[in-house]
Amino acid sequence: MIEVENLTKHYGPRRAINNLSFQIAQGEVVGFLGPNGAGKSTTLNILSCILPASSGTARIMGHDTFEHSLEIRKKIGYLPETPPLYQDMNVRDYLKFAAQVRGVSGKQITSAVERVIGKCSLADVSHRIIGRLSKGYQQRVGLAQAMVHDPDILILDEPTVGLDPIQIIEIRKLIQELAASHTIILSSHILPEITQICQRVIIINEGEIAAVDSLEGLTASLRKSERLSLTLRNSGDQVEEKLKSLQQVLSVLPEENNRFLLECELNSNLQDEIARLALDNKWGLVEIKPLSMTLEDIFLKLTIEEKDVTV
Amino acid sequence: MRNAWVIAKRDLGSFFNSPIFYVVTTVFLVIYSFIFFQILNFFSFQSLQAGQAQAMGMSLNLNEMVIEPSLQNMSVILLLIIPIITMRSFADEKKMKTFRLLLSSPIHLKEIILGKFLACMGVVTLMILISSYSVGFLFLLGEPEVGPIVTGYLGVILMAGCFVSAGIFASSLTDNQIIASVLTFGFSLFMWIIGWGAQAAGPVTGQILQYLSIVDHLDHFLKGLVETSDLVYYLSFMLFSLFLCHRVLDSNRWR
Ligand SMILES: Nc1ncnc2c1ncn2[C@@H]1O[C@H](COP(=O)(O)OP(=O)(O)O)[C@@H](O)[C@H]1O
Ligand SMILES: [Mg+2]
Repeated sequence: MIEVENLTKHYGPRRAINNLSFQIAQGEVVGFLGPNGAGKSTTLNILSCILPASSGTARIMGHDTFEHSLEIRKKIGYLPETPPLYQDMNVRDYLKFAAQVRGVSGKQITSAVERVIGKCSLADVSHRIIGRLSKGYQQRVGLAQAMVHDPDILILDEPTVGLDPIQIIEIRKLIQELAASHTIILSSHILPEITQICQRVIIINEGEIAAVDSLEGLTASLRKSERLSLTLRNSGDQVEEKLKSLQQVLSVLPEENNRFLLECELNSNLQDEIARLALDNKWGLVEIKPLSMTLEDIFLKLTIEEKDVTV
Repeated sequence: MRNAWVIAKRDLGSFFNSPIFYVVTTVFLVIYSFIFFQILNFFSFQSLQAGQAQAMGMSLNLNEMVIEPSLQNMSVILLLIIPIITMRSFADEKKMKTFRLLLSSPIHLKEIILGKFLACMGVVTLMILISSYSVGFLFLLGEPEVGPIVTGYLGVILMAGCFVSAGIFASSLTDNQIIASVLTFGFSLFMWIIGWGAQAAGPVTGQILQYLSIVDHLDHFLKGLVETSDLVYYLSFMLFSLFLCHRVLDSNRWR
């Protein structure tokens, strides 16, 4: 459905993305993950035919995004980082305008607008001026504008940025509903978002792809260490040292309330040894449990590792 | 072209929704009316002094002594206010990031530019048409010739079209409305006074400068003459500005 090959984009002398290649199949929900300035928006702008690439190709449904951009634009719904909302229009008029420019034919405009108003739960605010709506509602109008021409592909650039937690949950739920019937590319620098919504992640850092994998695959391939959380009743200065002296412990991170985070080698099963150590030293063992690796850690790791390479 | 109309309609709606349109139109009408009645007053004073026969003299002189200077003054007011009308066109779309909606839609850049141009032209033409109440007033007083009035208004609208196209172009250069309007004003004024250099320059250059001057072409229209060279000048001015606008917006994407 979407094929990107050696995509590179320069802004003047500055290289925003370098040699990106990836593919996305029909019906997939793919997350674009990377810190600010990684090149997510640049890539999504190229995919939505707004920016031409400096070199490389991006093809959607077999059409080049630059040469056949008018064809592709009909099939793409794009929500930019800042939703493209005319602040002085009311929601219904705005969506009608969006339907017209996005190529919905005359007779179907009204039904298309009603459909997205329903889907994005905008009925209550459909006569209100967009500029006076909350950010959460504005984001929904942004989503509605991207869907009004019933595109096959939705390209969403940081759809939850700047929203409060309740609004974030609502938008995510909406995107999850849309995932059933659309191919979705979504960018984010918020990790839990990607784990909740996407089947596959493309991690991008400083303009280059750092990893492309399913969530499970990514977790597995990156599990070079395990983490344990240890809570004690009493503590002394030597706790840290003694833990560190264990062979398979890589690092110890003291936290509040006598809690320690231990990073250990894979499959080291250190629980027994730590328990013994706690007994011998009368630390008063309260709890010891393994922590699963979250995507957040993976992500931090990836970017850190990439940095180490480039420095 | 349907798309251009869709965009023009939205922009017009946005004009009529915003106070800018009403303020600008009011200021335009007040200043124009003041000047018009000033001129009319002066005219009646003169014709009385000359002791002319009212019915005979007026029908000849109303065109030359009232309508012509009024329209000339109107074009100066337009020079001042059109930058305010056009400044939002692209600058605001860029600043508010709404331009992305248009850019990611299956429409040509040409259609977007034409839509913006039509919207501003609509507003300006409306203002000019409202101001034509003053002409109706003259028909109560005497019998002005209709021909030069029609061509005069045509000339003013074409000239306004040049200011509008320059304004659309300026608006594509920046996302700052103030900068867009200052550029428009500066550029329009320059094209206005460029003919002043004609005398100092050599005969050939002088003629070229004279031809480039935006205001010199208006004179023929005010006298009731529609000449091809004037039409060509105004139409190419507009096309060229809009073409530059297209180049700027297109190359913006490549930077
Ligand atoms: N219009 C632009 N002009 C110049 N540099 C840009 C422009 N847009 C983005 N960049 C640069 O390109 C890089 C990638 O930006 P972007 O794609 O917006 O990243 P992200 O969306 O991942 O935060 C950044 O270093 C940014 O400063
Ligand atoms: Mg971004």
